[in-house]
Amino acid sequence: MNARLKDPILTPVNSRWLGKRITLAHGAGGRAMRELITEIIAPAFDNPLLAPLEDQARIPAEFLQAGESLAFTTDSYVVSPIVFPGGDIGKLAVCGTVNDLAVGGARPRWLSCGLILEEGLPIDTLIAVLASMGAAAREAGVCIVTGDTKVVGCGAADAIFINTAGIGTIPHERHTGPRNVRAGDKLIINGTLGDHGIAVMAARNDLALQIPVHSDCAPLNGLIEVMFAAAPGLRWLRDCTRGGLATVANEFAEEGGFSLHLDEAALPVADAVRGACEILGLDPLYLANEGKLAALVAAEDCDALLAAMRAHPLGCDAAVIGEVHAERKGLVVLRSRFGGERVVDLIDGEQLPRIC
Amino acid sequence: MTQSGMKFVDEFRDPHAARVLLRELELSIDRLGATPKKPLQIMEVCGGHTHAIFRYALKDLVPPALEFVHGPGCPVCVLPMGRVDDCVAIARRSEVIFTTFGDAMRVPGSQMSLLQARAEGADVRMVYSPLDALALAEANPTREVVFFGLGFETTMPSTALTVLDAERRGIHNFSLFCNHITIVPTIKAILDSPGMGIHGFLGPGHVAMVIGTAPFEFIANEYKRPLVVAGFEPIDILHSLLMVLRQLEAGEAKIENQYARLVDPNGNRVALEAITRVFELREFFEWRGLGSIDHSGVRMRVPYARFDAEKKFAIPNVRIADPKSCQCGEVLKGAIKPFQCKVFGRACTPQTPLGALMVSSEGACAAYYQYARRAHIETAA
Repeated sequence: MNARLKDPILTPVNSRWLGKRITLAHGAGGRAMRELITEIIAPAFDNPLLAPLEDQARIPAEFLQAGESLAFTTDSYVVSPIVFPGGDIGKLAVCGTVNDLAVGGARPRWLSCGLILEEGLPIDTLIAVLASMGAAAREAGVCIVTGDTKVVGCGAADAIFINTAGIGTIPHERHTGPRNVRAGDKLIINGTLGDHGIAVMAARNDLALQIPVHSDCAPLNGLIEVMFAAAPGLRWLRDCTRGGLATVANEFAEEGGFSLHLDEAALPVADAVRGACEILGLDPLYLANEGKLAALVAAEDCDALLAAMRAHPLGCDAAVIGEVHAERKGLVVLRSRFGGERVVDLIDGEQLPRIC
Repeated sequence: MTQSGMKFVDEFRDPHAARVLLRELELSIDRLGATPKKPLQIMEVCGGHTHAIFRYALKDLVPPALEFVHGPGCPVCVLPMGRVDDCVAIARRSEVIFTTFGDAMRVPGSQMSLLQARAEGADVRMVYSPLDALALAEANPTREVVFFGLGFETTMPSTALTVLDAERRGIHNFSLFCNHITIVPTIKAILDSPGMGIHGFLGPGHVAMVIGTAPFEFIANEYKRPLVVAGFEPIDILHSLLMVLRQLEAGEAKIENQYARLVDPNGNRVALEAITRVFELREFFEWRGLGSIDHSGVRMRVPYARFDAEKKFAIPNVRIADPKSCQCGEVLKGAIKPFQCKVFGRACTPQTPLGALMVSSEGACAAYYQYARRAHIETAA
C-alpha cells in the first residue's frame, strides 16, 4: 500500500514556497529562518500562546486549577518512512506525546515542537508534516506553543526528526500507579495489537508485501477521559508503543511486584496482522502500537469500563485480556489456546524475522 | 474480528483436536510402558518445530513420559564463529555491501557480530530474499554486493536460482558467501554418536518439501528408527508424534509423511535441479557445537566461481574452537536438558550467547530461556 502525505491547504503565503527545498540558511537564524517560521511553521499551529513568537511560551496561572498537579514529558520521533498508511511523522509526534501524558491521568494541554530538518528536504513535505501536526493537535485539544528549528547537512539526519515535549494537568482525584494494584484486577486493551508495527514495516519497501494494515496512530486522551468517568478508581495505565504489549505487561509485573496472566484466545489481533506475522515469523505481542493502551482495573469496575470503552471509536475492540495474580512475582505468563503456559519475556534487541 | 482469512491455519490450531490427540498420545505412551524416569525421546530435527513446541507450550502438554530432544536444525545457531568472522571481514571491505537475512545479524563471531560491524561502519543490510540482494547489485554497479547464503535445502533453491539469474543477466558485482548446509549427514552423525538414546524423529517438513522423503530412508533401514515428516502447526506436531508412537507400538521403523499437504515424496524437481546445477558437496563443514561433519555443507561449483565470495575476496578462514564450557553437543544428543548445562542463563544468555543453541530464537536453549527460564527459576525457588 502506498501512503502519501495529504496535500496541505494552500494559502497565498505558503504557496510561494512550493517546489523549494530546505537549505542550511533556514536554520541559520537570519532572514530565511525568520520567514520559514512566520510563513510556514507558526501558521500551521496558530494559537494565542504561540503568536508572540518569543523565546518561550508564557502560560498564565489561570490555566491551572487548585489541586491540580502537572505532568511533563518529552519524546523524539525518527520514524522511517515519514509517511505510512494511517499516519505520518507529524501525527505521530503529537499523538505519542499526548498519549504519554494522558496515560498518567493528565489532560494534555501544551506541546513544544523541535524540528531537525535535513538539508534538501522539499518544503512541500515540511508543509504537509506541519499541517498533519496541527490537525492532530486540534483533534487532541492541545496547543503547540513553542518550538525550535535546526537544519543539518545532507545525510546527517533522515529527512525530518521531531521532538515534542508536553505539559498536562492532572485532576487531584487521579492517582494511577503500582501501589493501587490488587490480585484479581483485570487487564484491558482498547483494540487490536501490532497494527502500527506492521503498517510501518509494510511501508518500507523492503518487504514487497501488500498488507492492508493502517497504523493505529491516534490521540488517546479522549478515550482516557471516558475511562476515568466510567471507572474513577482506574488502577494503572500505560500506552503500548515500542516493544508492544509484552513489554508493558513485563513493566507492570516487574514494577508492581505481581504476575500478569494473559489469555492468548482473548488477544485482539487483526487478520492481516496475524497473516503478516505468520509469514515473517513475528509475534504481535512485541509489535509496536501508537494508539493502544493497557489498563489495570478492579474486577468490580471491569464491566462498566469495558462498556464505556466500547462506546468510544478508539475502544470498540476493547477486550479483557488478562488478570493480576499475587504469586510468581514479576512474571508475565501466557495461557495458550490449548491450556499450556509460556513465559512472555522482554525481547532482546529488535525482533528480526526468522529465515525459515 | 473475522477469522475467515486465517481459517486454513486455525484448523491446525484447534484446541479440541489437540485434546483428542493428547489423549491418544497418553494411551500410546502407557502401552509402550514409558515413564517420566525412563521417557521416550523424540527428536524434532528442525528449529521451526522447536519454536512451535515452545510457542504453543506443547512441551508441557504432552505426557511427561514423552520428551522432546531439540535437534540441530537451526542453521543460524550452528554457524561456527570462524564463518561469522569471515562475514565480518568481507563486510568491512569498503567496496562491499553485505546483505543478510535478519536473524543472522546477531550471531556472535570471535570479535563481533554483523550488527556490531554495522555499528562500526560496515555497510551491512538486511534483506528478505537473495533477489533483493541481486537488485541492490544492479542498482549499485560500482559496489560489490555479497549475499550471505545460509540455511538448509529450504533456502538453497532461492539462492541457487538467484546465482543463475545473476549469470543470465550478467550482473557480475554480485556474489554469494555460501554457508548452506545439509541436514541428513548431521542426523547420521547424531545417530552414530555414543550414548544416543533417541527413539524416533519428527522430520523437517520444509526441507522435505525440497528433497522429498527418500533421503531419510536410511534412518529407518539402517538405524531402525521411525521418522515422520511433520508440519509446523501444533496439530501437525501432535499428530506426527502419535504417528511415531504408533510405529513404535507396532515395532516398525518407517519414513512417513504427515505433511502431505505440502510435501511430495519425490521433492521439488525444479528446486533440486537448481541446487544441483550451482552447488556441490564440500568434503566437510564445521558446525557450532557439533564439530566438523563430513559432506554436511555445500559450495559453489567451478563454473560459478566468479559469483563465489570465497574466491572473489581473501577471507581469513580461521577455525575458532567452541568455548570449552559449552555443552551444546550434549543437549543436541538429548543427554542433558538446556537448563542442566553449566553455563545456561549465567555465562550463556541470548544477549551473550556462548553456544549455538542460545543464538537464534529457534535454538533450544534460547527457546528455554525465553519461554521457560523464569518459570524454572520460580519452580526451583
